[in-house]
Order: sequence, then structure tokens, then C-alpha cells
Amino acid sequence: MNIYADNAATTKMCRAAIDAMLPYLDEIYGNPSSLHSAGQRANEALTDARRRIAGCLNCDAEEIIFTSGGSEADNQAIVSAARIGERQGKKHIITTAFEHHAVLHTLDRLEREGFEVTLLDVHENGLVTPQQVSDAIRPDTCLVTVMYANNEIGTIQPIKEIGAVCREKNVLFHTDAVQAVGHLNIDVIEQNIDMLSLSAHKFHGPKGIGALYVKKGIRVTNLVEGGMQERGRRAGTENIPAIMGMAAAMENACANIDRNAAVVIRLRDKLIEGLSKIPHSVLNGDASCRLPGNVSFCFEGIEGESLLLLLDDKGVYASSGSACTSGSLDPSHVLLAIGRPHEIAHGSLRLTICEETTEEEIDYMIRAVKDVVGYLRGISPVWRDLVSGKAEFVIE
Amino acid sequence: MALYSDKVMDHFRNPRNVGVIENADGIGEVGNAKCGDIMKIYLKIDNEIITDVKFETFGCGSAIASSSMATELIKGKPVSEALQLSNKAVAEALDGLPAHKLHCSVLAEEAIKTAIEDYYKKNDKTESQA
Repeated sequence: MNIYADNAATTKMCRAAIDAMLPYLDEIYGNPSSLHSAGQRANEALTDARRRIAGCLNCDAEEIIFTSGGSEADNQAIVSAARIGERQGKKHIITTAFEHHAVLHTLDRLEREGFEVTLLDVHENGLVTPQQVSDAIRPDTCLVTVMYANNEIGTIQPIKEIGAVCREKNVLFHTDAVQAVGHLNIDVIEQNIDMLSLSAHKFHGPKGIGALYVKKGIRVTNLVEGGMQERGRRAGTENIPAIMGMAAAMENACANIDRNAAVVIRLRDKLIEGLSKIPHSVLNGDASCRLPGNVSFCFEGIEGESLLLLLDDKGVYASSGSACTSGSLDPSHVLLAIGRPHEIAHGSLRLTICEETTEEEIDYMIRAVKDVVGYLRGISPVWRDLVSGKAEFVIE
Repeated sequence: MALYSDKVMDHFRNPRNVGVIENADGIGEVGNAKCGDIMKIYLKIDNEIITDVKFETFGCGSAIASSSMATELIKGKPVSEALQLSNKAVAEALDGLPAHKLHCSVLAEEAIKTAIEDYYKKNDKTESQA
């Protein structure tokens, strides 16, 4: 059995997205900037896709900028707000400790330029409060950027309320909604969002394409110099096939959000219940304020990479926040931000399911994880010390 | 997964000499849980020959494979020879490790040296007498 349980990393493209892309590979291949009919047909498609994507967010088509994906959108949103702030002498930015690196590394760069960044505590449940944001806002704050839903532990932030606080205090509000779009109902007007980043491959669209929503009136800083594409806000010939695929995938996902969520949440909770029965295990992130498909656990006494490799042998494709899988010496900054000690964060497992996941697959994953965790604990000196009482359990 | 050689995957999936030796003549534990790797080596030594060796490891795939390979390389060998085991030899015997995983073979070498030191200490010997 092969079970793909890494949908937060990327998803399989849906049929609607593939079908939407195909004509734009060989039939309608013109450059939308060309004056001739072949180019204009591509341009019409681009206009249509932009309108449909805007419709899913409840914004205007002109407020959508196509980018190469979520990372570029995050970079552009933050840099734009920073440049606006700089011109007004405001060089303070508020964010959370567990943002995606596309946000944190962009902010690192701004810090080196003299900006000051406040990282809000996300608590053990992986949530920030609007009050925290309100308390952190200063007269020189130019941006609040808080991710809509966390990529590792799936917690969903009170975006509308945070947006309201920012509006009231007249501070720009950006949200990295890469994990949320297509999975949660989003309305940028109702939720007081000024800027929002999204990525197509997280909702069964193609890779290498995303978008940034920027509310009208906010001056956008161009990161890619060149032609006048995207009204001068992002140069480069538009990736029309990918944009068409993204529009189709997004419409498909957004039309089915409630139905998919109902199915996926039931399976998610079954998986959480099953894995909770493993002794000395803990769910990461709030149990109810979480993405429909996200299951994240820490298991005491084992290390995540070996867990992933053995699950791979059993046909389960998963992810972990252990150092060995992150390519650095430290485990995931997200798990550290919610207060997991290093040795516990190393033993993390993320299973992210989707509407195609079956009940049978859930049962299989519960058994597979139990077996592998049990086996690895059996060869772990850390586990031996814990069960023999030489060391104390961190997870009850 | 193509991250590791077939040899690494073999020793990871079917680790040799896993377990504990009761009343071991030498025990060595290196690494720490904070960094994500702990190796513990148990030695049974008879007439300066390592007659049995077992290990327990908390760590990634290459840490488990390095422990397994290292125990294979010293089993049945004189203590003096085991002391010469280098991390490079462990990595080579595994058909190589990714650059960022070489520290796992270093841990294996250190675990064995620590276990032998423990044996010397218990038996009131110094390395030069061995």
C-alpha cells in the first residue's frame, strides 16, 4: 500500500487543473503581451483566470499579482510594506515565532537593514491572540504579518480579529495563507486582510505558481525588474499554463471546501485518536483550531528521520520536524516555538491528509506508526532510560 | 529513498548486534538527545578480544546504520585493533554517507573508544598496557 500523507508539502494535481493547463501548452501558446491574435487569446485567458482567482478571495482582479509561488508572494508583501513604512519613518514589524522561513528570512534581511522585528509568542497551543497583536503595535509599526494556518502543526489564527486590530490602529496586515487557501473559507474584505500570499500546489494545482493579493491603494515594490507585466509589479512573461491550472484548482477547491472539510476532519480526528493511544505521545497544536488535514505528533524516545524512513518502507509518505530532516542541527523552529524541548521535537511526525485519503489508509497508518515507534523505542537508549526510571518522561 | 546507499539502508533496516549485554565489560555512551543522536555500545571482552558487542541508538537512519556497521567491524577483533577504528572506515564500509551525516560515523568511533576506555578503567589498565 502506498499512502501519500504529505499534502502540506505538496499535493497531487486535480484533473480539472491538468485539463485546464493542457490547451495552453500547445494550442494557445502566445505571449499575452503580444499584439497579434495568438497573444491576445492568451491575454484573454489570463484576464479570465485573474478574475476567477479574485472571486475565490472576494477581491478585485486588479488586486491579484501572479508570482512564482508562496515564497515570492511573502517576500514581495513584506518588502512592499517595509518600503512604505520606511518612507514614513516606521521601521517596526510584528510577526509570530513560527512563521514560514519565506517570512522569517525576509524579516532577517530587513533587520540587517535597521528594521526592528517583534516575534509574538504562539503559546503551547500554537495560537496568537488579537490582544497580543494589539499590545505589540507601536507608533512606528508598519506591518503585522501572521500566517493564516501553520504548515507544520496546522493551527489556524484568528485572522479576522487580528485584521480588525490592525485596521483600527492603521497598520498594514499581511497573512501567509499558503496552507489555508482552498482548505478554509477566505474573504479578504470581511477578514480585514490587506495582503495575502497563496500557492497553487497546496490545493491540487501546479507547482511554481502563486499569487499575492494586495488591497487597492497599497504601493507594491517590484522585486523582479523587466517588462510591464502585472502592471509593472512583477516582470517576466506570465506562466499561462500554470496560471490556468491554478485558477481551475482554486475554483474546484473553494467550491468544495465545506464538503471536503467535513470528510477530512472526520478522518483527521480518527487518526489523532489512534495515534494518541501510543504511550508518551502528544498532539502538536490546538486540537480544534486546526487545518482539516493536519496531524502532528511528538513521540518521546525516538528520532524523526528514522521514523520517516521506516514508514516509507511501509508505504507511508510522511514528514518530520527533526533536525535530520531539516538539514540543520536544530529541530523545527515551529516545534521549539510551541515549547517542545529539543529532544522531543526530534521525535516529531507530520501526517497531512486530503479528501482522497480513505478510512482504510487511516487504519493502516495508525498501525504502521504504532509498529515503527515501538520498534525504534526498542533500540533506543533514551527510551530504556525513561522506562527504567533513570530519566523522567517529558510527555505524560 | 536515494538519500542513503543500499548498504546504509540495509544496516538501518536490519541492524546487526542491536541490544544490551548484561554485565558488560565496557559501556560507552556518546551524543545527546538535544542534538538528536545518542549511541550506546556494550562490549564483552575476553583475553583482550571483543567476543561480543551490542548497541542501542537514538537517532537518524545513518546513526543507526553507523552503529550497526561499527559493531560488525570490531566484533571478534582485539581491543587494540578496535581502538584504531576510524570514522572514515565506518563511513567507507557503508559505501559513504552524505556530508551532513558524517558526524554519525564520528559518534560510532567515539562510542567504541568510550566503551574501551570504560573497560580499561574497570580493569585498572591503561591503553599502553593493552
